[in-house]
Amino acid sequence: MRIHIPSALRAYTKQQSEVEVEGSTLGEVLSELDVRYPGFRFRIVTEQDRIRPHIRIFVNDEQAQELLTPLNREARVYIVCALSGG
Amino acid sequence: MARATMTSTPAATKGAMTLLIATRKGAFTLRSDASRRTWKLSAPMFLGHIVHHMVLDPRDRRTMLMAVSTGHLGPTIYRSTDGGKTWKESSTPPAFRKVHEGESGRTVNHVFWLTPCHANEPDSWYAGTSPQGLFRSDNGGVTWAAFSSINEDPQYLEWMGTVQDGTPDGPKLHSIIVDPRNPKHLYFAMSGGGVHESVDGGKTFLPLIKGLEVVEGFDPATVTFHDPHCVRLCPSNPDRLYQQNHCGIYRLDRPSNQWVRIGKHMPKAIGDIGFPMVVHPRNADVAWVFPMDGSTVWPRVSLGGKPAAYVTRNAGNTWSRLDKGFPKADAWWTVKRQAMTRDAHDPVGLYLGTTSGEIWASRTEGQSWVCIARHLPEIYSVEAAMLAR
Repeated sequence: MRIHIPSALRAYTKQQSEVEVEGSTLGEVLSELDVRYPGFRFRIVTEQDRIRPHIRIFVNDEQAQELLTPLNREARVYIVCALSGG
Repeated sequence: MARATMTSTPAATKGAMTLLIATRKGAFTLRSDASRRTWKLSAPMFLGHIVHHMVLDPRDRRTMLMAVSTGHLGPTIYRSTDGGKTWKESSTPPAFRKVHEGESGRTVNHVFWLTPCHANEPDSWYAGTSPQGLFRSDNGGVTWAAFSSINEDPQYLEWMGTVQDGTPDGPKLHSIIVDPRNPKHLYFAMSGGGVHESVDGGKTFLPLIKGLEVVEGFDPATVTFHDPHCVRLCPSNPDRLYQQNHCGIYRLDRPSNQWVRIGKHMPKAIGDIGFPMVVHPRNADVAWVFPMDGSTVWPRVSLGGKPAAYVTRNAGNTWSRLDKGFPKADAWWTVKRQAMTRDAHDPVGLYLGTTSGEIWASRTEGQSWVCIARHLPEIYSVEAAMLAR
C-alpha cells in the first residue's frame, strides 16, 4: 500500500512523499517503515505505543486511533503533522 | 563520601572560541578569532527544530550532541563526529520503559540536558529529560538507556511530582554533574524535585536539599517543592557547588550538606532570583548570576528593564553589578538556565543568550559587554567550546 509522508518526515525517506510498504495493521506498517528508515517510528509514536499528540494518521480518510488498526492491501495511509503555534 | 585524588586547577585556554547556540527554531554557531573580538555566525542547522542543548565532547573536541524535537515530532538526539559539519540521528534515543497494558507509562517529551561523563569514560554521556528521567549512552550517543533506578523508583517518581509541579513547558532533569576526581560521584537537579547526589556511580541517589528554601508557606522538608534552576561545580575546587534556585542563590562546601543562601548579600532592590549560574574555571570564589524579576506574577525579565549580571569574588559575601555595555533602559531580557556560560581563557570570557535572540559577550569577566549576534530565534542554551583543528 502507499503511505503518504509529510514534509517533516521526508528527511527519513530521501524526500519521497509517498512510499510503498506492506503490513496488515498500522503498527506493522510503521515498524516496516522504521526498519527501512531508522528513527522514523519514534518521531510519531511514543515509547508507550501511542500516536504522538500532534500527529494524525488517516486510513482511507478515517483517523486511526491506535496501532492495531487493520489495513487491507488497497488502504491509503496519510501521516499528517498537526502544526500549531508560532 | 568518595573523594579520590585532588585535581589541579585547569590551565587557562587560548585561541578561537565557538559558541554552540540552541534555539527554539534551530541551532547556530558563532566562531571567533583568536582574540575573541570578532565573531562569525553560521547558517542555521536543523532550522525549525526545537534544539534544547548542543554540547561539544571536551574529551575529543570533535564529537557534538544535539537534543532536538519539533512541535509535532517526538524527541531525538543528533550526533556529529566532525565538529558539527555532518550529523547523524541516534538509533535509540532516550525513552522510558514500555509498560504493560493497563499500566500508566511515561513518555519523554524532550531531552533537555546533555553532560559528557568523566574524562576516563570516553564516549559516555548522560542525558536529562522532560518529564524527568536520567539516561546514559556508552557509545557516543548512538544508543541510550535508562541510567540508575530513579526513572522507575516509586520514591523518586513521587518527588518528581506531576506535570503541574514542574516548569511551564514540562518538568526537567538538569545540571547533571560529574565530580572530576571520581566518575562515581554524581549530582543532578530536578525542576521540581530538588538536588540529588550519588557516591556509588548512580546505583543510589539521595536528596541534597538541606538549607534550601521553598516558596513561602510550603514545607522545605518535602523534596517535591524544591526548584533548583541551575547547579554548577567549581572545576578548581570540586568540593564547592553554587546554585541558582527558584528561591535564591546558594553555595555548598562539601563535606557539609548544608546549602548557604549567599543571595542574601545581593542588593535588596535586585534580589537573588534568576535562572543561570556560572562559575570561574580557576577561582572557586568567583561566580556570576543574571538576576531577573521574581516579583508578583514572576515577569522573569531584567529588573526595571535594565539588564545586569552580578559577580561575587569572595564566594558570595559581596556582589558587584556588571552592566557596562548593556542597554541602560527598556531591555526586557530573559536569560534561561542553560543560556549563560563562560570559556576558560584568561581573562575569562562570558556569554549569554536572550529569549529575544541576542548573544552578548564579555572578554573581561563581565566588566564590559558587547552584542555579537541579534535577530536569532528564542535562545535556549549557549555553550562555549574549543573545537579541535
